[in-house]
Amino acid sequence: MSATPGVIQLRVDGRQVAVAAGSSVAAAIAHAGGTARDSVSGQRRAALCGMGVCFECRATVDGRAQQRTCLLPASEGMEVRTRG
Amino acid sequence: MAERMHHCDVAVVGAGPAGLAAARAAASHGARVLVVDPQAAPGGQVWRQDLRHGVPAPARALSTQLQRAGVAMLLQSEVVGHSGSRLFLRSGQEAACIDYGALVLATGARELLLPFPGWTLPGVTGAGGAQALAKQGWPLRDRRVVVAGSGPLLLAAAATLRRHGTRVLGIHEQASRQAVAAFAAGLWRWPGKLAQAAVLRGALWNVPYRTGSHVLRALGDRTLRAVELRIDGRDVTVDCDHLACGFGLVPNIELARVLGCELEFAGAHAHVRVDQWQGTSLATVFAAGEACGIGGVDCALVEGAIAGHAATGNGNATGRLHARRRRARRFAAQLQRHFALGEALHALAEPDTIVCRCEDVPMSALAAYAPGREAKLMTRCGMGPCQGRICGSALAELGGAVRDGFRPPIFPVPLEVLAGFGDARPAGQTPGVVK
Repeated sequence: MSATPGVIQLRVDGRQVAVAAGSSVAAAIAHAGGTARDSVSGQRRAALCGMGVCFECRATVDGRAQQRTCLLPASEGMEVRTRG
Repeated sequence: MAERMHHCDVAVVGAGPAGLAAARAAASHGARVLVVDPQAAPGGQVWRQDLRHGVPAPARALSTQLQRAGVAMLLQSEVVGHSGSRLFLRSGQEAACIDYGALVLATGARELLLPFPGWTLPGVTGAGGAQALAKQGWPLRDRRVVVAGSGPLLLAAAATLRRHGTRVLGIHEQASRQAVAAFAAGLWRWPGKLAQAAVLRGALWNVPYRTGSHVLRALGDRTLRAVELRIDGRDVTVDCDHLACGFGLVPNIELARVLGCELEFAGAHAHVRVDQWQGTSLATVFAAGEACGIGGVDCALVEGAIAGHAATGNGNATGRLHARRRRARRFAAQLQRHFALGEALHALAEPDTIVCRCEDVPMSALAAYAPGREAKLMTRCGMGPCQGRICGSALAELGGAVRDGFRPPIFPVPLEVLAGFGDARPAGQTPGVVK
């Protein structure tokens, strides 16, 4: 892992992403060009409210499912999975 | 037993302006104060830390004061239930409990998001939502953004988006030109607000601000490509990368409701009923700020202070605050009046427009059932993890389901956290009802 000050490296669906320190995991997913979850009928969904009430930005973070990624600060080496 | 047990004289739920002001007032009387908030940093929404532009000065000052006063903060923590004067929390990934003497609810507000065709497309967010996401590092540089909906939050959101390098194509306010003009004409009575409006106006001087204008649909296949707007009766399609659309705010009253605080309605949406000391119908529970009706940061600060004094039995310390509260609430009433939502917004959703985004329930599925419980049981509308926070408020606004209750957990809670509560399980909660 690199250790550039102010930059955090994490992986979203296996892809390496660098974001500014203080970014949320939701922002990291957007930087990776992705969306957060598939809806129950299979639509792609991304963050909507940005403040932890709508649950659209859920993803699996470090093996924990159903995390609201807008509430979660990105941290070094995190593993994020956006589907299933 | 819970893994972490906290004891305090005053527990404050919410670390926005109301909660922080309550904590400061309570701590000034020597009370042990604990503030709980789901975010990673205090400030709430209006004082949310901006990744690139830091923390607003008043928030920083208040946080420093609280630190000096020894106020404890339990961040990334959410109240999920209660039993008597014990709160049950998810704190990070663990269970925690708080035993309190008095409780201040400063749970703030969320955005009112109304369904329209295409609103589920990635690239469509709330207006405040876009602002919050920009501040947490969402990539927006050089993106073309349309801002739409209603209220002064649109201007604040547009200004933030601009500071983060977006191209704001236009701001579309549903209120009429006359209504907005009448509001602006009355602003001289609140010089602070007038100054704020002037600053925003300066920051957005070359962004078109269109009144009597609202979104019709968001267009795109897998992601947003364009927005169709109705501007003064004319339909216009605008190509864009992001739509930031919010129709004002609704109070977060779920915790108050579960505790059993009496509520009252302002239009379609409930808020907590409080007395002159910000006391709720429950003797040891107080409420302040948006939870008591949308009022903005000035209401939040003064009501938080009153609640903090009263919660420690020092109501006599609130002297001058009552006049300040009246003044702040008068301003809020002006906002509500002039930015009232027009009828046209009630007809945006089409039969196949999804209303409940958690369970993908379209408008047409609700038509066959009585609003409220029946529609919920038959369609699963409102039964997903947001627990009706988005669709329930939207349907209430559209004149459909006025929500008839709210059951714990107040937020979905992982089983491992629930197990951490051990025998001290929250009231009304059995493992069977937990998502």
